[in-house]
Amino acid sequence: MSEYRIEGATGAWEVVVGLEVHAQVTSHSKLFSGASTKFGAEPNSQVSLVDAAMPGMLPVPNRECIRQAVRTGMAIEAQINKWSRFDRKNYFYADLPQGYQISQLYHPIVGEGSIDVVLDDKDPENSIKTIGIERIHVEQDAGKLMHDQHPTMSYVDLNRSGVALMEIVSRPDMRSPAEVGAYLRKLRSILRYVGSCDGNMEEGSMRADVNVSVRKPGGELGTRTETKNVNSVRFVMAVVEQEARRQVGVIEDGGSIVQETRLYDPDRNETRSMRSKEDAHDYRYFPDPDLLPLELDEAFLAECRASLPELPDAKRHRYENALGLSPYNAGVLTAEVETARWFEALLAATSAKAGKPEAEVAKQAANWLMSELFGALNRLGKSLENSPVSPTAGAELLGLVAKGTISGSIAKQVLERMLETGDGAEAIVTREGLTQTSDSGAIESAVEAVLAANADKVEQYRGGKEALFGFFVGQTMKAMQGKANPQMVNEVVRAKLGASTA
Amino acid sequence: MSVDKATVAKIASLARIRMSDDEVAAMVPELNNILGWVEQLGEVDVSGVEPMTAVIPNHLRLRDDVVTDGRVRDKVLANAPAPEHGFFGVPKVIE
Amino acid sequence: MTDLTNLGVAAIRDGVAAGEFTAREVAEGFNANVAAAQSALNAFIVATPDKALAAADAVDAARASGKPLGKMAGVPIGMKDLFATQGVQTTAASHILEGFVPEYESTVSQKLWDAGAGMLGKLNLDQFAMGSSNETSFFGNVISPWKRNDGGNAGLAPGGSSGGSAAAVSARLCPAATGTDTGGSIRQPAAFVGISGIKPTYGRCSRWGIVAFASSLDQAGPMARDVRDCAIMLEAMAGFDPRDATSLDLPVPAWEAGLNPDMRGLRVGIPREYRMDGMDADVAKSWDNGIAWLRDAGAEIVDISLPHTKYALPAYYIVAPAEASSNLARYDGVRYGLRELPDGAGLQDMYAATRAAGFGAEVKRRILIGTYVLSAGFYDAYYTQAQKVRTLIARDFEAAWAHCDVILAPTAPSAAFALGDKSEDPLAMYLNDVFAVPASLAGLPAMSVPAGLNREGLPLGLQIIGKAFDEQGVLNAGLAIEARARFNAKPEKWW
Ligand SMILES: [Mg+2]
Ligand SMILES: [Zn+2]
Repeated sequence: MSEYRIEGATGAWEVVVGLEVHAQVTSHSKLFSGASTKFGAEPNSQVSLVDAAMPGMLPVPNRECIRQAVRTGMAIEAQINKWSRFDRKNYFYADLPQGYQISQLYHPIVGEGSIDVVLDDKDPENSIKTIGIERIHVEQDAGKLMHDQHPTMSYVDLNRSGVALMEIVSRPDMRSPAEVGAYLRKLRSILRYVGSCDGNMEEGSMRADVNVSVRKPGGELGTRTETKNVNSVRFVMAVVEQEARRQVGVIEDGGSIVQETRLYDPDRNETRSMRSKEDAHDYRYFPDPDLLPLELDEAFLAECRASLPELPDAKRHRYENALGLSPYNAGVLTAEVETARWFEALLAATSAKAGKPEAEVAKQAANWLMSELFGALNRLGKSLENSPVSPTAGAELLGLVAKGTISGSIAKQVLERMLETGDGAEAIVTREGLTQTSDSGAIESAVEAVLAANADKVEQYRGGKEALFGFFVGQTMKAMQGKANPQMVNEVVRAKLGASTA
Repeated sequence: MSVDKATVAKIASLARIRMSDDEVAAMVPELNNILGWVEQLGEVDVSGVEPMTAVIPNHLRLRDDVVTDGRVRDKVLANAPAPEHGFFGVPKVIE
Repeated sequence: MTDLTNLGVAAIRDGVAAGEFTAREVAEGFNANVAAAQSALNAFIVATPDKALAAADAVDAARASGKPLGKMAGVPIGMKDLFATQGVQTTAASHILEGFVPEYESTVSQKLWDAGAGMLGKLNLDQFAMGSSNETSFFGNVISPWKRNDGGNAGLAPGGSSGGSAAAVSARLCPAATGTDTGGSIRQPAAFVGISGIKPTYGRCSRWGIVAFASSLDQAGPMARDVRDCAIMLEAMAGFDPRDATSLDLPVPAWEAGLNPDMRGLRVGIPREYRMDGMDADVAKSWDNGIAWLRDAGAEIVDISLPHTKYALPAYYIVAPAEASSNLARYDGVRYGLRELPDGAGLQDMYAATRAAGFGAEVKRRILIGTYVLSAGFYDAYYTQAQKVRTLIARDFEAAWAHCDVILAPTAPSAAFALGDKSEDPLAMYLNDVFAVPASLAGLPAMSVPAGLNREGLPLGLQIIGKAFDEQGVLNAGLAIEARARFNAKPEKWW
């Protein structure tokens, strides 16, 4: 589907990308110890003797971390392995107190699955690409090294040491920075729907190892490099582009790509080789003898499945099919779990207020949310999360429109007033006398007055300048301070102009 | 399979144990002696046999997700060779 | 008044409870013995006489106020220096942990203190429990209190790795001591010095707070003068621990109350593969004695086969070093213990220098073997193959239980050897564990009880191996042997 190409001296090159995403599992305590996972604590204050790998300390796994990995696997319809086990990955580094990371190599908890990504928001149904997921395994995070505090020393903080991660390994199925971005956003969305990871890339809750290679379109796979720990969607996309360009350059200059670990420097927007980690790795994986095999029973799996929420793809389809939303709107409203939650609260309250089924008010609610509220929030520099208008408050406003109490244009004014004052829509409308009038006598006399005051324009209209119709309507609305039922104004203006013509 | 000096040096480096050339040389026959002996395991027909996973039939217990530990920085750092402002100090690492 | 240091666990516990003597008197007696023997036997790495007295005083006070007393009330014991003891240096007999003072107490030692035991000190051992003679300790070898009766003065090995425990109990420096057994480290030293020791089923005793050697094999157990004392102490040590994921979630049986030497209706298996070519004649004879004793106790003797016995030791010498190479990676000079920082050294140089200086030769040898067998390209040929063989060894035992209730075999292929005899030849040393290792690989309870003296006047042990969870059957068979062997020899005091 992707026609993304790097144009080199020898022609076009295709880029092949696979991602290993490390997602921090949402849990109170660490994967194998009872220390807290809270972000931003004093150095080494959230470290147990287990996390510090004191002699004789032993790991005991956290049920919630296992549960969240399983639920995540189920969310991508992956194979759940009822029998898995933990392996030790052995290497020496100052952020790794045990001298090994407890991970899962041979028998991961989640096997093959897939994620559908939408490549064109305007046409979701026809731009879906399926990205294969090879596996998800559970493992420990490492600690943190700080290099700039002392001239000759690095400082070790083990607060993160032992925090549970899911490593989500994709197949090398992506072919462009855009696909990689779409995949990461979708993955992040699923994790947040499931509640297994908060997706907060700034705090390091999600990091990607980016595996990139290039080849002539459709040719044999090239040698890949792995750029480690990239911590924003934008940076991951930049890595793909920069690394692909670099590789094409190397190959076209007659060189060859070395399979290596690289680091991304966002300031220079380039990747560089991590020389310090280049020495031949031999991780000597073997099953952790401190831990028995992890066996999941049916009751556990059933609970995991039952606790899954409606996921973004299913939700999008329901919004389109049952609520009649446009594919674009359905896509926007389901992209983030918070948006969908907000929308559904708004919808339920609006339906109650208006006394109409959800399907009948869904379009109105979606349009209002996407054009009115998003626009207003944008201007205020706020997001739905800290919106001054709640879903019930929004529903109150939409209910007034649905019942014909106020017009759409008055609704805009009311929203502004709601944002300014924090008051409810009904209170504002009553206080400020904004209720729409359907009094035909009042409307007729207003129209007559407008036509009388603009006799010249009436002439022009009758002479064929039909565009003036809107002018008369507008003037009437203005004269009635926007409170006239716009449909009735239209009808009366048309009638009066037509009557005189006849 | 037998090891030579280069292999022993490589293993020692993987295991982060500094060894002089002489120590490496002395270790070669010792390791070969032991490896030669353990290799009799190759005689055993293990077809269809699963490697042992749990020595006594037992299930992995999972614990509840509760914060029960941590907040013991003094204990964590009590034996540190180079404690520095609440951190463990190590020679500067260049990444 | 009798010398209280001639008493064992049960006698001390009962005497203190009955008010025949105070716990303080007992502790003082053993403290004095520990101090007097230290320079000659080197059984302790540190003595903690004040700890022993404080625990004794607490027991005496509890008794005075009529409070219930624990299973080990008033019994001072030695603690193998592989158990982390809060506030008391814990070294695993290594230089790399010299000066390490844990901020925590191992589950097993805590249970013992809770049961009213007191600590006489931390006992010497083979470094990181790797060895069969206690010669790999950074703090010098332990010398067995036993001498050959040939008038020679050769220093003998107390066995290993729980060599300090064995020597101390046998020399009456403590009535009992903790041991750990990875591939025979309780049973072989017990046999070498004429005492009893039991390694329970894997998972009975928590491993939390015990310096790890090989996690899938390590088990703690008691070493004491007789079977009853072992039963009492094991009851105090065992039990479920949520901090050890391999701990067995089972109640602790009342092993002492269940002791019964009557073997009628029970079958004792004699594994034919243990009768090896060139077997030591005295060892063979003591085995035959054991068979006769158990028959006398009413047991039926049956021939059994454990066909993969020959492969147990080589499998062990892959699995144990592999696990050890990883378990010992944490000793890196960053968070505790020794740090060697040569001028200009970077992080990785620091690791290599620290570990070179901090580990002894045998520990390095095993780390290297373990590293090699796990390394890329060799993992399946060595480690996976060894774990498959281990499955076959466990199956051998499973099959045997169709024919017998316990298995009787020698504990070690010889009596104690002289210090230095095998320390130059690692393989010869490893072979000393040939009878002990199969039960370790299968996680089964196994015990050594004294069976008599060889022609040189040195103790020999008999080993009883039981089904998983059947410590009672093992203890009972041990008791039946004990009652007939009437072993009461003790080393003549020369220290
Ligand atoms: Mg990776
Ligand atoms: Zn990972």
